[in-house]
Amino acid sequence: MSDSNVLSPNVTGEHGTDRRPLEFLVKGEHHPQSPTLLGFWIYLMSDCLIFACLFATYGVLGRSYAAGPTGAELFELPLVALNTAMLLFSSITYGFAMLQMQQNKLKGTMIWLAITGLFGAVFLGLELYEFAHLIHEGAGPQRSAFLSAFFTLVGTHGLHVTFGIIWLVTLLVQLRKHGLIPENRRRLFCLSMFWHFLDVVWIGVFTFVYLMGVL
Amino acid sequence: MFDQLDLTKLVFGRLTWESFPYHEPILVATFVAVALGGLALLALVTRYRLWGYLWNEWFTTIDHKKIGIMYMILGIIMLLRGFADAIMMRIQQAIAFNGSEGYLPPEHYDQIFTAHGVIMIFFVAMPLVTGLMNYVVPLQIGARDVAFPFLNNFSFWMTTSGAVLVMMSLFVGEFAKTGWLAYPPLSGILQSPDVGVDYYIWSLQIAGVGTLLSGVNLLVTIVKMRAPGMNMMKMPVFTWTSLCTNVLIVAAFPVLTAVLVLLSLDRYLGTAFFSNDLGGNSMMYINLIWIWGHPEVYILILPLFGVFSEVVSTYSSKRLFGYASMVYATVVITVLSYLVWLHHFFTMGSGASVNSFFGITTMIISIPTGAKIFNWLFTMYRGRIKFDVPMLWTLGFMVTFVIGGMTGVLLAVPPADFVLHNSLFLIAHFHNVIIGGVLFGLFAGITYWYPKAFGYKLDPFWGKCSFWFWLIGFYMAFMPLYVLGLMGVTRRMNHFDDPSLQIWFQIAALGAFLIALGIACFLIQLVVSYRRRESLRDTTGDPWNGRTLEWSTSSPPPAYNFAFTPQVHDTDAWWQMKQHGFQRPEDGYQAIHMPKNTGAGIILAGISTVLGFSLIWHMWLLSGVAFVALLAVAIGHTFNYKRDYYIPAEEVERVEAERTRMLADNV
Repeated sequence: MSDSNVLSPNVTGEHGTDRRPLEFLVKGEHHPQSPTLLGFWIYLMSDCLIFACLFATYGVLGRSYAAGPTGAELFELPLVALNTAMLLFSSITYGFAMLQMQQNKLKGTMIWLAITGLFGAVFLGLELYEFAHLIHEGAGPQRSAFLSAFFTLVGTHGLHVTFGIIWLVTLLVQLRKHGLIPENRRRLFCLSMFWHFLDVVWIGVFTFVYLMGVL
Repeated sequence: MFDQLDLTKLVFGRLTWESFPYHEPILVATFVAVALGGLALLALVTRYRLWGYLWNEWFTTIDHKKIGIMYMILGIIMLLRGFADAIMMRIQQAIAFNGSEGYLPPEHYDQIFTAHGVIMIFFVAMPLVTGLMNYVVPLQIGARDVAFPFLNNFSFWMTTSGAVLVMMSLFVGEFAKTGWLAYPPLSGILQSPDVGVDYYIWSLQIAGVGTLLSGVNLLVTIVKMRAPGMNMMKMPVFTWTSLCTNVLIVAAFPVLTAVLVLLSLDRYLGTAFFSNDLGGNSMMYINLIWIWGHPEVYILILPLFGVFSEVVSTYSSKRLFGYASMVYATVVITVLSYLVWLHHFFTMGSGASVNSFFGITTMIISIPTGAKIFNWLFTMYRGRIKFDVPMLWTLGFMVTFVIGGMTGVLLAVPPADFVLHNSLFLIAHFHNVIIGGVLFGLFAGITYWYPKAFGYKLDPFWGKCSFWFWLIGFYMAFMPLYVLGLMGVTRRMNHFDDPSLQIWFQIAALGAFLIALGIACFLIQLVVSYRRRESLRDTTGDPWNGRTLEWSTSSPPPAYNFAFTPQVHDTDAWWQMKQHGFQRPEDGYQAIHMPKNTGAGIILAGISTVLGFSLIWHMWLLSGVAFVALLAVAIGHTFNYKRDYYIPAEEVERVEAERTRMLADNV
């Protein structure tokens, strides 16, 4: 501030002992904290509510087989286990990418990101294979309320992974272009939250849909 | 779906010449009027070369104040449409007696009551409330803008995109005939095979994206962007109620999104969520939609509670009575609003225990609400009350809302609800609280902050005319509905057999005409005030002797809101500054960091409109193209890293010197 008198109006505080003048303006530029991570977190929580609704719907309709096939007849746990492993590994590799980012290693970050994306793609491939197989067997989403709820819940998760991969590829291009600038670091953080969030949701899907489904 | 893959079908889907309602004279006349009006507007804009100005200064703006104003304009335009539906219904019900079928055939009438509800909630009340929050909240907390300025622009255009789709349904195809919440199985593909429900789904989904993002945005703005010293218990009450509303938006709208996705899967892919066969369960829909729907009514009313608090304390020249209890009451209402949804369908087989639980939680809500009413009364007690127009709306609200609240408690008693549900008593009740609460609050808020936004006050004479027409019109239009409801008349009827009921409907129709005059007076008020703007000019930035920070800056505020960020010590920060003889600094300005305008928001929303339209009409080719375009533009936008700029110190100095001159002229 060029003229500090200007910013301290000639008034006194009203609180008893404190006789210093109250300051009504902030000196210099005021920088609020970056709101992005909080904002993205809140968005994730709203997304979480969408999944909550789909889980609730599955909870209500999950045993409405309409004389059609049940989960115990349809689900192949070894395939699902492999699938789950792919997604869990992808979360670990995303963690490695973030560690590389913390050490300012662009190349390492990009390599681990790419590996994460590959794991995600394999996960999606396996899921699509499972879906195609079920539909081929006549157990498509139109067959019963149970299958409608199953395909919608698992499919919505898959759709999220798809968008995650598109985002990841975009971010790879942007990293190549601009390196680890603050904007890109922030984006890496956001995608990181998104990716781990999908992992957590999948653990719910794995437990409530597949494991409890074959019981 | 794909069995008949010829080119016309691929391009136009189910859109044919028959989809245009050229055989309905009412719609054709409306279309001609809208088309001529629209063309005249476009011609004028072109004639005065305003396209560049509109695009640069408004459409692409990320300034929360301009976006707030655009929300208000959208809300007021849609209010005219929603009210046109209302008065058509009132006329129909007033004349469809003694064998007369009225002038609206049932399939048209059903669309009108559905559109009326959808438009009034989603495209009138929501934009007006969001607009008010958008304009006022950053100013009240001493911030330069919202947390995510681009998202704010995008949210506005997505809301507009939804509104555009609803308006299109008027002239291309038809709207839903299901009532405003589109219960299945009626809204399923078997009972509603045409495009109406699809218009409903996609307009709400697209607008819902906007609402959700704007909720996240304002929530983060309030949490992160407050001026130093403003801790939570020093926030102005309007900011508090906005915070709670946005928490509710973030926690409720995803449920609407999810349930509409399930309904569209049933309709588009033939899944069995809500169907009567294959294990579907339509009660799932009814529960989920009300888990969104009940918080929604609190989303609408809470910010207006904030408005009334600001207005009462300003025009009573007193600090708000019971600030802390006001805050706690708001928070309690926020939480309770999630525990009452089932009272919307007591009669649908939940059983006595469940009904009792939801009946009791519903009644409990009246306690914090009552506390608020008493706080306002005690604020007025021994205050120096000025009966300006915002205060009139507030007093009208306090009387009307108490009546509506009491009929609400009555309906919360399950045995009483078994008698009254689905009757006109219910209709009277929720119009009683929505008009008496939300709408009166909006008019109070608009009148209160108008000088802040435009630099001149609204003409009080026409404001008072508007108030009295609205108030008397409201009572005439809805008190008869209470009577009819008690006599057992159900809602959504197209015509009646019992001639003894007609007089009540005629009184109600008369009330609706008075409300029409109230709306007309409001519009006249806008024009008259604009023409008299020199004599109504607010040069001080503080026309009402206000108490909160928005009154500390000029009217209208500069793009950067505050040349210096305020330091807050008290709830009524600006009042305290005035009490301490605060002197506005006249030099020492610095360059100010601001976000840059962008066209990405309106482009994305435009593509979303095309996507929604093509999905409604099953134009799969166009849907694919629009979807890819949406993704491409969104990704392209993330490659734009240059999103900010600095307002140079000289520019700030020039603007502030102008203000100094205005203030000096005033004295």
